[in-house]
Amino acid sequence: MTQAYQKVAYYPGCALEGTAHAYDRSTRAVAKALGLEIEELQNWNCCGAMEVKSTDPKLQTYLSARNLGIAAKMGHTAVMAPCNGCYHNLKKAEYDLRNDPASIETEKRISTKAGHASYQPGTVETIHALDWIKKAIGEDGLRARVKKSLSGLKVANYYGCMYSRPRHIFPEKDKGPGSESTLKPHFMDDVLGAAGAVNVEFPLKTACCGGAHTLSDSDTSTRLVLNILTTADACGADVIATECATCHSGLEMHQSRGEKVFGKKTNVKILYFTQLLGLALGLSARQVGVHENFSDSVGMLRARGLG
Amino acid sequence: MEPAEPKAPAAEIATLFDELDDTAVVPVLFASDDALQADRDAICVRLQAAAEQALEQWLLAHQREPTQGRLEGYRLLALQRQGARGDPSFNACRESCRELIYHCNISIVDSQSSPTHLRFAAMVCRHLLLFISGKLQNSGLGEFCCAARPLRTQEAQ
Repeated sequence: MTQAYQKVAYYPGCALEGTAHAYDRSTRAVAKALGLEIEELQNWNCCGAMEVKSTDPKLQTYLSARNLGIAAKMGHTAVMAPCNGCYHNLKKAEYDLRNDPASIETEKRISTKAGHASYQPGTVETIHALDWIKKAIGEDGLRARVKKSLSGLKVANYYGCMYSRPRHIFPEKDKGPGSESTLKPHFMDDVLGAAGAVNVEFPLKTACCGGAHTLSDSDTSTRLVLNILTTADACGADVIATECATCHSGLEMHQSRGEKVFGKKTNVKILYFTQLLGLALGLSARQVGVHENFSDSVGMLRARGLG
Repeated sequence: MEPAEPKAPAAEIATLFDELDDTAVVPVLFASDDALQADRDAICVRLQAAAEQALEQWLLAHQREPTQGRLEGYRLLALQRQGARGDPSFNACRESCRELIYHCNISIVDSQSSPTHLRFAAMVCRHLLLFISGKLQNSGLGEFCCAARPLRTQEAQ
C-alpha cells in the first residue's frame, strides 16, 4: 500500500459542486469509511475545463498549475481529483510545464501578475480517485472492509475518454503489473470487483460519450450515449459505473432524452463507482447521494439489499 | 488538420453512414447464434470494412488520400492513426478500433463465444460510425440529421 496516499489534497473541481454533487458526497463518505484523510484545496479555482482550453490552452495550464501550487503550499505531495476533466487537465499542466516553453512562460507571467509563486513541476503528483483507493487501500484491504457485498450486481465499468488519453501525459500508466492500462483500463474493475461486483465484459469502456458536444449538438451525443447504454444492456449489466462527472451527467441526461426524442428506452442504471463502493462499505443510499442522481436507482438497489 | 471540402456531397456521406450501419451492423445484431457462428469470418470482414470506409470518409473530407498501409497487420489501425494526425481529438476512437479487431479475432478463434463477440464487434462498429459522423458534422464536413442544424445554419449565415 502507498502510505503517501493515506492523506491527500482533494481537488473537487466545479462539476462536483454542481451537477456531480453526488460524486463529491460519495467520495468524501468513502474516504471517511476507509479511514483516509482528504484535505480540500484552499481557494481552488476552475481547472480550465473544456471552455478555457478551447479558447486559450496556455491559460488553462496556468489555472491548473495554480491548483497544484496550492496543494504544494499546503504541504501535500499528492492531489486527488475525482473528475476526469480536472484529473486530465492537472496532468496536462504538469506535462506542459516540463516540456513546453510557451506554457512555462505564460504560467510565470500570470503567476507574477497574480502575486503568487510559480508552480514547480514535479512537486505534486496528480492522482485520480481510482488511483487513490486502489493504492491506499488495495483490493485485499477493500475485501476486508466490505460490509454489504455487491455480490450479484453486474457492472459495466465506463472510464470515458479523458482518463487515459493522451497517453503521454500519464507516464505512470502502462508500466506492467500493478499499473493502469491506457488501452484497457482496469482499476475500476479491480476496486468494484473487490467490493463483490460482477464486472461484465464491456467493449465501450473508453468510448466517447459525446460529452463535449452535449449542448451544441445534442443529437450526436444522444446517439453515442444510446449506443453505450444499449451495449451495456446487451452485456447484461445492471449498472454502469462511472468515474467522470461529465460522462455521468451525459449518460443520465441522454438516457432520458433518448427515450423522449428517439423513443428508445434503456434499462441500465448509472451510478458513480464511489457510490457503489460506499454501499458495499455499509453506507446508506442517502449517504452516498443516490437521491441526487438524475436517474432513479433506488428501487434496484433496495431489491438487492443495498442502501 | 484544416477542414476542407469533402469529395462527396454531405448528404451522400450521411447516406453512406446509414447504409454501412444497415448492411454491416444491423444484420449482426438480429442474427441467430447459429447464423453468426456459421458466417463469422465474412461478418468480421464486413464489420472491419465498414469501419475502414467510415475512416476513409474522414480522410477524404480533409482532402487526404486514405492509406493502403497496415499497422500491426490491420488497415483499420493505420487509417485511424492517419486520421488522428494533426487532430489528436480523433484519438478518442483509437481504442474502439482496437476493440473491434479484438472481438473479431476472438470470434474467429473461439467458435463457442463467437456470437457474443460478433455482437460486441457490431456495437463497437456502430459507435465508430456514430463518432466519425459526429466529428464530420462538427467540423462542418457532413450534414446529418440533427436538432442543432438550424443553429449551425444560422451561424453560417
